[in-house]
Amino acid sequence: MTGSILFQAIMFLAGAILCVSIAKRFGLSSVIGYLLAGVLIGPYVLGFIGNEGDDILHFAEFGVVMMLFLIGLEIEPKNFWKMRKTIIGMGGLQVGATMLLAYLLFIALGFDGKVALVVSMAVALSSTAIAMQTIKEKGLMDTTFGNSAFSILLFQDIIVIFMLGFIPLLANSEQTSSENSHSESFSLIQDLPVAYQTIAIILSVVLIVVAGNYLIVPMLRKVSKTGVRELLIAAALLIVFGISFLMEFVGISPALGAFLGGVVLSNSEFKHELESTLEPFKNLLLGLFFMAVGASINFIVIANNPLTIIGTLFVIILLKALILFITGSVFKLKLDQKLMLTFSLAQVGEFAFVLLSFAFGLNILGQDQMDMLLVITALSMSLTPIITMINERLILPKIGTKESIKRPMDHIAKSQKIILVGFGHFGSTVGRFLRSHGVEATILDQDSNRVDFLRKMGFEVYYGDATRIDLLESAGIAEAKIIICATNRLSVSKAISKIVKEKYPHVDLMIRTKNRYDAYELLNMGHEKVYRESLDTSLLLARDVLSKMGYRKYTLNTQLQNFRKYDEESLKRLAQEPKRDEKYIFKVKEELKQQEKFLNDDLKRGVVDFDNHWDSESMKEALKDKK
Amino acid sequence: MKRVLVLFAHPKFEKSNVNKALIDEINGLENVTVHDLYEEYPDFHIDINREKQLLENHDIIIWHHPFYWYSCPPLMKQWIDLVLEFNWAYGPQGDALNGKICLNTITTGGSKEMYCSEGNNSFTIRQFLRPFEQTAVLCGMIYYPPFTVMGTHKIKEEKLLVAKEKYSKILNLLQDGLSLNEFDNSAFLNEIPQLNS
Repeated sequence: MTGSILFQAIMFLAGAILCVSIAKRFGLSSVIGYLLAGVLIGPYVLGFIGNEGDDILHFAEFGVVMMLFLIGLEIEPKNFWKMRKTIIGMGGLQVGATMLLAYLLFIALGFDGKVALVVSMAVALSSTAIAMQTIKEKGLMDTTFGNSAFSILLFQDIIVIFMLGFIPLLANSEQTSSENSHSESFSLIQDLPVAYQTIAIILSVVLIVVAGNYLIVPMLRKVSKTGVRELLIAAALLIVFGISFLMEFVGISPALGAFLGGVVLSNSEFKHELESTLEPFKNLLLGLFFMAVGASINFIVIANNPLTIIGTLFVIILLKALILFITGSVFKLKLDQKLMLTFSLAQVGEFAFVLLSFAFGLNILGQDQMDMLLVITALSMSLTPIITMINERLILPKIGTKESIKRPMDHIAKSQKIILVGFGHFGSTVGRFLRSHGVEATILDQDSNRVDFLRKMGFEVYYGDATRIDLLESAGIAEAKIIICATNRLSVSKAISKIVKEKYPHVDLMIRTKNRYDAYELLNMGHEKVYRESLDTSLLLARDVLSKMGYRKYTLNTQLQNFRKYDEESLKRLAQEPKRDEKYIFKVKEELKQQEKFLNDDLKRGVVDFDNHWDSESMKEALKDKK
Repeated sequence: MKRVLVLFAHPKFEKSNVNKALIDEINGLENVTVHDLYEEYPDFHIDINREKQLLENHDIIIWHHPFYWYSCPPLMKQWIDLVLEFNWAYGPQGDALNGKICLNTITTGGSKEMYCSEGNNSFTIRQFLRPFEQTAVLCGMIYYPPFTVMGTHKIKEEKLLVAKEKYSKILNLLQDGLSLNEFDNSAFLNEIPQLNS
């Protein structure tokens, strides 16, 4: 029964839906949910998916492949150039130092030099999949930590290419028999001498670059001309699968090929089309990948050698964390950002699977060494979300409190009765406008690097997590009149609104929301003052378009204000409706019709058909009567 | 008791002691609605339907504003242009305001002596207010003489006190049904004999 593909698919999907919902319910990252689902349905707990775990991992790797393709798409070469210092600096330091220490460690543990080298390479790489997924989920991409993590991961993703090129050179001179290869895929160049293999790899990389420019983009243009949307999806998948196949053909990681393909296509006009097309596939396949990692944790290997494995796992994580912490220090990250970086990248990543299997295929590694290292990799990935959670819930709050209390309290008390949460692009505009009118706000922000920078610029900024009631209290919420939530994280706004409602109902809460759906949620929690960041700017743009189309600017200004008013009113009405069902759509349609009618009436208002009435007989008659 | 709507327009209210005193005096009086146009419509985007509703709900309409360049501040003019619509305020079917009482409350920097044929401004206040008068008449309203506080640049504390007391007293008299032919031809409401009784 367990052999049926349908049954397996059902198990995967059901496991994902169940575990991820539960994880989200408890405020955990979805990655934990997927990993847990994998462990549960895996061969060692419920056994719903048997020994096919390997196959599934292989298939699920497409999630990683697509993620790297998408990361590649986001890196336009010129952006890459801009970030080169952090990428090469931080990434180089982290990879280099980790490799060196790990190499020495494994040599000390009595490993063969070549083995130690391969293992140290694998250990130096972190999991892009887990780290990026968590960073994006928490909306931390534009923090110092997010940037540093991204740079380091990017460096790793690139350096893997060289590692994969280098490993064949370590292979024992006798040719490896192909029956040793774990992979079912065939590789044409496997039997070639090492030098030719290296050439083949380089050639295929060149091929991707050339094909990207002269084959793929023209093909996409043709396909997009047909106007059939499925064809573009097919084309996007074809690109990813095609590159992966080519890469597997020459025996290097498909993920790297995809990354390269992404970079090549990042300058093309199809960048965003490809991005949005592949995004849903990526997320689901990444989920599958995480589940496969969970399922591949071999509890038998662990049971046979628990102490060695747990010990090695512990030492590796510690080692990586140490190097990351030092890297953060060298690049002058504040303590909290540094800790986040340390804990979120301390795992061994998915590329370890690739590197280790590759080295195993080349007979560099033995079966038992590989088994052990794979288990360690999977375990370290599974532990990451838990470690970051511990960091977030137990360690960071303590640091936060310390930093915000370090400043004298009377300073906070002196400041005005406004608390401004979040000093990013949105909050800083609000803060600057207030300040230029002599109104100071007590600013709270969670990025301590930004806090530091702003303090230097003379803003009164405090570091800390504003969802904590003690921080809000030390910022003077009891005497405050207004709290402005300028953060773009709905979870933060919701947490603050809950505190305000329960304990400080006298405080006026003004909340920035990203969009209509976030606004609905807050309106339904009983908050009237919701400011959609997407509203005003889009109206300004539409106004300018109509102005170019020949409408008078004054008319448009008036109409813009009308639109705003009607939209705010309809937003409040629609907030009551359950979202995304038939009734909601019907209601929205009605509201839109109504709005358009009102706007049309407004446009016509004041233009009277009988403009000559100032002179007409009826006018004179009417006046005579009234006098 | 008649209901009074004070349509107040002052773009620099923060700077005006006189108007602040006047508004403070009448704000909160029974059946008096003070409607601060620059506060309600900072972007000059007047909600016409709401304004019409307000007008319909009141019996006495007061245009309260400083005298700027012999006229009202721009938002007040905008209000007149937009709210007093054809066939609502005037025109064959325009009888919404019929029979209501209308007047101006104005503050001027220049003294009363400046506003006469011999003064620097050549014309009297009543002459300058003709457009408002005719607007009211065209809408079928009964136009009353203005209530004025003049020479605000040099006004003394005591005089201001008198002025603001007069303002609320006049509102009371109007609410009780003071009629036009009781005025004894006074050019300003400040001068009507009833104030001294």
